[in-house]
Amino acid sequence: MEETTSYPPVEPSNFDLIVVGTGLPEAILAAAASAAGKSVLHLDPNPSYGSHYASLPLQEFTSYIESHSSQSSSNLPIPQSDTDSGFTRVPLTTQPLYSSVEITSYSSEPLEQSRKFNIDLSGPRVLLCADAMIDLILKSEVNQYMEFKNIDGSFISDGEGNLESVPDSRSAIFKDRKLSFTEKNQLMRFFKLVQGHLEAAAAADGGESSESKSISEQDLESPFVEFLSKMGLSAKLKSIVLYAIAMAEYDQENGDVCRSVLKTKYGIDRLALYHSSIGRFPNAPGAMIYPIYGQGELPQAFSRRAAVKGCIYVLRMPVNSLLMDKASGSYKGVCLASEQELFSHKLILAPSFVVQSPLPHSSPDAHDFGSRNTTEKLARSICISKHSLKLDVTAIHVLQLSSNVAVCPSGMFLTYLSAICEDDVQGKKLLHAAINVLFHVPVSGSSGNNNFAEDQSETGDAKPALLWSVLYTQELAKFQDVLDNIIHTPMPDGSPYYHDLLGATEKIFQELYSGEEFFPKSTSSEEGAAQELED
Amino acid sequence: MHGRPRKAPTPEEQEAFSVKASKLRTLQSQFLQFHHAKIYTKEALDVSAKLLESNPEYYTAWNYRKLAVQHNLNLPEVENNEESVKLILDEELRLVENALKRNFKSYGAWHHRKWVLSKGHSSTDRELLLLGKFQKADTRNFHAWNYRRFVTTLKNIPNEKELEYTTDMIYDNFSNYSAWHNRSVLLSQLLKEKAKGYSPKDNVFTEEYEFVRHALFTDPDDQSGWFYHLWLLDQTVKLETLLVSSWPPHGSNLSISVDGLFGDCSLSPFTNLQTNTRILPLVLYFSEAVENVCSSTVVIECENIASNELVWRSLSGDGTGSAQAWLTYLSFPEEHTHSEKAYQVKVSLARSQGIFSSTGVHHGDSSHIEFSVSVPPYRSEHVDLKNEGKISWSDESFCTHDAQFLESVLVNLFHLERTKIDETVVDYQWNITTINNEISHCRELLSTMNCKIGKLTLARLLMAHDTLMSYAGTSHRNVSPHAEILQLYDDLKNMDPAHLHHYQDEYSIVLLKQIISNQELLLKHCREYRDPHFPRINKFCLRFNNLSLSRIGSMEQLLWVQVLDLSYNQLKTLEVSYGIWPLLVNCSLLWQLAMKEHVLWSRWVHGVYTKNNDNIWIHTPPLDSSWYWKKVNTLKTEMQGLEVMQLLSCLNVSYNKLCSFTALEPLKLLRSLKVLDISYNEIGAHSIDTRRYLCSSPLNHRSGGDWKTEESEIHCAEVADYWEAYAIFKNLNLIQLDLKGNAVSNEKIKSLLIKLLPSLKWLDGESCR
Repeated sequence: MEETTSYPPVEPSNFDLIVVGTGLPEAILAAAASAAGKSVLHLDPNPSYGSHYASLPLQEFTSYIESHSSQSSSNLPIPQSDTDSGFTRVPLTTQPLYSSVEITSYSSEPLEQSRKFNIDLSGPRVLLCADAMIDLILKSEVNQYMEFKNIDGSFISDGEGNLESVPDSRSAIFKDRKLSFTEKNQLMRFFKLVQGHLEAAAAADGGESSESKSISEQDLESPFVEFLSKMGLSAKLKSIVLYAIAMAEYDQENGDVCRSVLKTKYGIDRLALYHSSIGRFPNAPGAMIYPIYGQGELPQAFSRRAAVKGCIYVLRMPVNSLLMDKASGSYKGVCLASEQELFSHKLILAPSFVVQSPLPHSSPDAHDFGSRNTTEKLARSICISKHSLKLDVTAIHVLQLSSNVAVCPSGMFLTYLSAICEDDVQGKKLLHAAINVLFHVPVSGSSGNNNFAEDQSETGDAKPALLWSVLYTQELAKFQDVLDNIIHTPMPDGSPYYHDLLGATEKIFQELYSGEEFFPKSTSSEEGAAQELED
Repeated sequence: MHGRPRKAPTPEEQEAFSVKASKLRTLQSQFLQFHHAKIYTKEALDVSAKLLESNPEYYTAWNYRKLAVQHNLNLPEVENNEESVKLILDEELRLVENALKRNFKSYGAWHHRKWVLSKGHSSTDRELLLLGKFQKADTRNFHAWNYRRFVTTLKNIPNEKELEYTTDMIYDNFSNYSAWHNRSVLLSQLLKEKAKGYSPKDNVFTEEYEFVRHALFTDPDDQSGWFYHLWLLDQTVKLETLLVSSWPPHGSNLSISVDGLFGDCSLSPFTNLQTNTRILPLVLYFSEAVENVCSSTVVIECENIASNELVWRSLSGDGTGSAQAWLTYLSFPEEHTHSEKAYQVKVSLARSQGIFSSTGVHHGDSSHIEFSVSVPPYRSEHVDLKNEGKISWSDESFCTHDAQFLESVLVNLFHLERTKIDETVVDYQWNITTINNEISHCRELLSTMNCKIGKLTLARLLMAHDTLMSYAGTSHRNVSPHAEILQLYDDLKNMDPAHLHHYQDEYSIVLLKQIISNQELLLKHCREYRDPHFPRINKFCLRFNNLSLSRIGSMEQLLWVQVLDLSYNQLKTLEVSYGIWPLLVNCSLLWQLAMKEHVLWSRWVHGVYTKNNDNIWIHTPPLDSSWYWKKVNTLKTEMQGLEVMQLLSCLNVSYNKLCSFTALEPLKLLRSLKVLDISYNEIGAHSIDTRRYLCSSPLNHRSGGDWKTEESEIHCAEVADYWEAYAIFKNLNLIQLDLKGNAVSNEKIKSLLIKLLPSLKWLDGESCR
């Protein structure tokens, strides 16, 4: 290939760790390994940072989604089994995470302002102020590269699409005008009960006895939804606590559909996290914050942190194959698109990469390394509209952002939706239902119907009309890694928060470098972080 | 700050403190030298500034700064130079800001800032910004709130805008007393001004009830919202002042019998009055304390009585000219006729004639009462009543009336109650609907949880409802709320034993009200006193004995009582508590204030409100003072008791918990009292009466005037030992007194009482003459 000549040579050629893909887990691991004094090479075939965690302008977003979806999966390169250097070359191929991409443009307006968008590939996702992710951001001093804004409100929808604000704190309950007085009382008493339980637990940890009452062991093991009923919460309050605060997936009250029942103790942990988020930073009154310029800022910021600690970055650099020791079959290094061979002890791969089975005769399972057992998928959608949603369909997470976090042109709104599903068909059905509830979907999918959106502006109460939308499903698989020294990072999960993702990433680091500290403590303080937050 | 525990200083910190202290001492002596020498140079000012920045509590230095500013402003080179004036004042503002950074609760610093601003040369733009910072740091900093009110007045910021500010602060965190309080102040002003959107008051209050209800339901354990709710309730039950009852009652036909001889059916206290004079007390009882009841505001039309010569006196005895009950005496001339003469008496209180309540509300309607009095013909021989024998309080002396007869008497009572004295019908519909609404919300809250303050509020609401209904003149009340209120107070006594006494008091008042408003119940407490030896002195007697009463109430319904038995109760005082106010609690506060006790709160009040030189009894609260403080002040005039029973001639309070003679204070005004039994109480058992809060002492102005009129042949030492007894008994005309069973009872006091009460015939059951 002619392009080969344009790839710059990489110096040196030996590393402790090579990371392929610049998604958030990869970036965190690169930064963590660099901080632990390892020599790290971070590669990405894409021209920008972030991989599946990136935030992209509208056109780039469209082309990324299309090029990484199964309809347009790239041709597999021809395996080259032998090299002159004494290694077996195992081809590294990409298996797209996305499928069933469905892009509809109802108006030319968004595309005309493509550069003004910063669209998250893995939305909706926000940061909880007391989340471990925030702790990591502060500890690793990544906060100096980022700015955050408070999420103004969170809402929960009833079946008819009426959105109601989530009364998540004492003052929010007070302010709420939709709950009945008795519901207010019940909800606040439930929060107090949880608070009392946490205090009792904290006191017990400290060896003190507490006056606060703790929740019985039996209750803690029971399903959260049952516990809520036992506490006398109304149906409405139960759904608020389950879906809007504890962010439970699946319909918790429908046993047939619900694949994972949230236990009371985990439910309470989630509540605790949520509540300790409220008011952690003086200029962020709510529980949640969002990075200005989109989530894609996070992998970038960690990458910058890694670079500061000596990590070498090469973008637009595809990896053609892995170098395996002929005798042992163990990993030794990678071969770049530029044919340059680089060596490292360990390798981290982004979830879209698949390694062809190196020694077909040696493995009776005969599966490719990095095969994914996909049991469920995640349907995502992004909608652009000209009007704000006035006010989530059960267990579908919806996040709306506006231009003040610099992710879209002013006067437009970005709305992210996601739902866990079994397959593409079901996922799309769920999201279509949600979109129909939230938006007015113009009948004609053509962009010629430009005037429609304008008409809508005059009828104030009507739902916002869609200008542009995309629906796609993303694989949600766990890896069964079998080879030493090669580890896959996790896929973007369906959680609206970062903590599960971060947990998985930290685990990978521990596997790689057991005994090393995951980001050694630095001197920065929380106050500094608070200042980074804008009012 | 609130809710933050104080930490004990570590040894290192203590060391640092002592180093700092020695530095401060040097600075201070330097400063005092300048101060005494009246030196106001830049160097001298710098020293005082340094001192104040490290110790803003040093008042002397603030005063020095004021003197310095005055001095420097008068310098010839400064005097008319706007620039230099501004420079001097800006330096003061800067200093205050630095001092406040050290201690944002420094009285001296805040005061200095006000002083500087009141000079009028400084811009006030910075002030709200500065306040914003302080109010963010501590939302309940009352200094900042006070200062805010000062600045908003100075800048003419409309009350509506400030009201929005309180809404924002409450939305931010609703447990903020200061914000709720400021809200009540602002709303009162807006309602007074009838500002646009704040009239009629009904709508505003309905919205406010709704607003605070969100707070109450969200967190019923938080007191600040309840506090505001109580204010709202107080505003809702605040009505135009009404004439509630009178003696003689409207429409009554009264016969005065001078010799005490009646016919058979003469027992009714509503138709016959036994007296040995031709003087009839006239008592007017208002719904709240009023002022300016006098011959020009109350017109009496009656033959032979000159209305404008009548002297009215207040029955609260505090001498401030404000009272709930007012008394005058109608004196009927002795005419040489041989037949009874009936006088028609008409008493009119005309509208806008100047009777106004202590809260400034005018007596709203024109009321009049009419009754007739039959006066017996003149007799040359007066029946010598002194021949009367001893009254025995034993149960045998009382017999139940024939039920039919009693009913006829009581029908009279209930009939009179229903005859509205007022001509105009005031519409209480909004008030009653509002209270009903609050009652149902309170019940809703209580149905899901057990909440002390919710129960107390429900009890208060039910009581307020009952009062409103009776004022509205609703003749038939479907269900009496009293049984439920009693149950609530019983629950509260168990739930909250710390406030047992208060609940017991409230319970007693409700119990009495229940009895008095129910004919059947009242019937059980009516007796006829009949002494076989003296058949002439048949008397209608009300027996409230053995009811565990700790307080008495419903006095307005008992103006007619002549013989009252309160024995075997828990009474500590003969004063009365009214309405929704926890009188006892507030009285204890008043007592602390009056005595200037070294209680922090009391010292604070004296420092802030009364400026240390004001007598608490004549102090008028400033307009922006807290609602609670204003309320405490109104109570000064609402403390009264048995003195309203001007016809009372026999009283039994034996076997109670009276612990000093001063508890008998209300009796001083009862001219007709002849028989008093205070045996088996705790008088003298406690050297310092900690359970009574307001008493007169020679040092207290309430009785100070009386004390001077010393005319005694009585030995001074005796009086000095028993000055309390002296103050109570010297104006009474008792014939019979029982004192035994009290710690104080001994020969010495007995001999004093015999000397003090020339009319006394029976002391402790023995003849003493």
